Amino acid sequence: MIDFGFNLAPSSAVNLDEIDLSRYRALLRMEPDARICMGCGSCTATCTAGPFSGMSVRKVLLALERGQHVEVNRMLEGCMLCGKCMMVCPRGINTRHLILSLCRIKQEENYD
Amino acid sequence: MIYQGKQKIWSDYQKEIPADHWFYVRSCIRQSFFPGSERQFLAISRDLLGHDIYETAHHTTCGGIAYHSDVIPQETAMTIVARQFALMTEAGYRNLVASCITSFGNYTETLETWREFPELEARVREHLWKACRREFEKPEYVAHASDLIYKYRGEIAARAKFRLVDKATGEPLRVVEHIGCHYSKMFPHKGVGGAEYPCVLSGMAEAWGGQVIDYPERRHCCGFGFRQYLVKANRGYSLSNTHKKFESMEPFHPDLIITNCPGCPYFLDRWQYVISEQTGKTYGRNGYGIPVLTYEELAGLVLGVDPWDLGLQIHQVAVEPLLDKMGVPYDPARKYLGLNEKEIMRPGLPSVLRCC
Repeated sequence: MIDFGFNLAPSSAVNLDEIDLSRYRALLRMEPDARICMGCGSCTATCTAGPFSGMSVRKVLLALERGQHVEVNRMLEGCMLCGKCMMVCPRGINTRHLILSLCRIKQEENYD
Repeated sequence: MIYQGKQKIWSDYQKEIPADHWFYVRSCIRQSFFPGSERQFLAISRDLLGHDIYETAHHTTCGGIAYHSDVIPQETAMTIVARQFALMTEAGYRNLVASCITSFGNYTETLETWREFPELEARVREHLWKACRREFEKPEYVAHASDLIYKYRGEIAARAKFRLVDKATGEPLRVVEHIGCHYSKMFPHKGVGGAEYPCVLSGMAEAWGGQVIDYPERRHCCGFGFRQYLVKANRGYSLSNTHKKFESMEPFHPDLIITNCPGCPYFLDRWQYVISEQTGKTYGRNGYGIPVLTYEELAGLVLGVDPWDLGLQIHQVAVEPLLDKMGVPYDPARKYLGLNEKEIMRPGLPSVLRCC
């Protein structure tokens, strides 16, 4: 193989026909407010745990929409449930409750 | 998307394009990459259709390539643009047409910035006067050369010798249209059809008999992105962007790709070779790639210009499968004959990507 000095990176493309969205749909049933998130990242900016654990509410919602459950589980484990994100959300989403609901879904459906 | 919805969006983003009297500014790099394209634009608009398109040997780069590569600041790029406007004013023209998408974006960005910050325009006028004692009027209309070919598409279709139809099956050829990011992503109202559904190339393809493919990554960047490519350490990003597009369009089996930017056809064409060497994969049929053409080259083919006079032998991906489908005659023996029938150099053959 020719060495060009650079390589292809793995694709981050998501095929919506193939991913599992059951967990995201379950969340929307319990927390309809998840729909009004505009992904501004205020929650992430204010998160105390984020810089140490990789927790980000914005990324959790994005990963759920992409069916990336392993990433969601990893981030959920880093949340301290302090609720700061809830105080800064410009859309007034109860993000703390959203995280709790997501943990409940995970527990009920036994996602790893 | 719903057809009626698309029509409404398109009607919201229609652009006024005067048919005649244009001051033409060329691209820095297109004549090296696709040497027949700009010549073909002039041959169609000036010689064939009889429009007044003027160009001067005194024009230079617009500075866009250096600006987007973070080599020069915006004020310097604006002063270079102001000089082009001065040349246009001196030649007695009020409409400016750019061959390059980045130039088009740069001219548009400059005019929009001056509209928002008139004091900056005054400063650039001062810079220009100090640098070369020139003054200028701002253009009434700024268009990209593909806007003009889009406007002339009906006249070209009326004179067409070949159509974008598979000669063997009678089916329309499946066309991927790729529009340069700087065409309308920055200022949607400056492009025909806006940023989401620009119809500048799809309009041409459909007028000439082709069927446009709508695929998931249709509006994704080609991968050039200036710094992504210019810094060698970043070239993996460039290649990965292009790879993502090809993976996305592959299931739709496109027959050709048309583009309206200097960088896009280059990267969509050349990266097919690099992808084939790195992954062993090709995207056309029988080991060939998907031919990538500029809109002028495609217009030339439709009008019956000899493919080798259009410079199609300079492409990495072989265009012969497309020529065979369209029924365009060509002489393989003349492929590498240049002016005066003198042999030009032949390229080495790739190990995976099939070339004729």
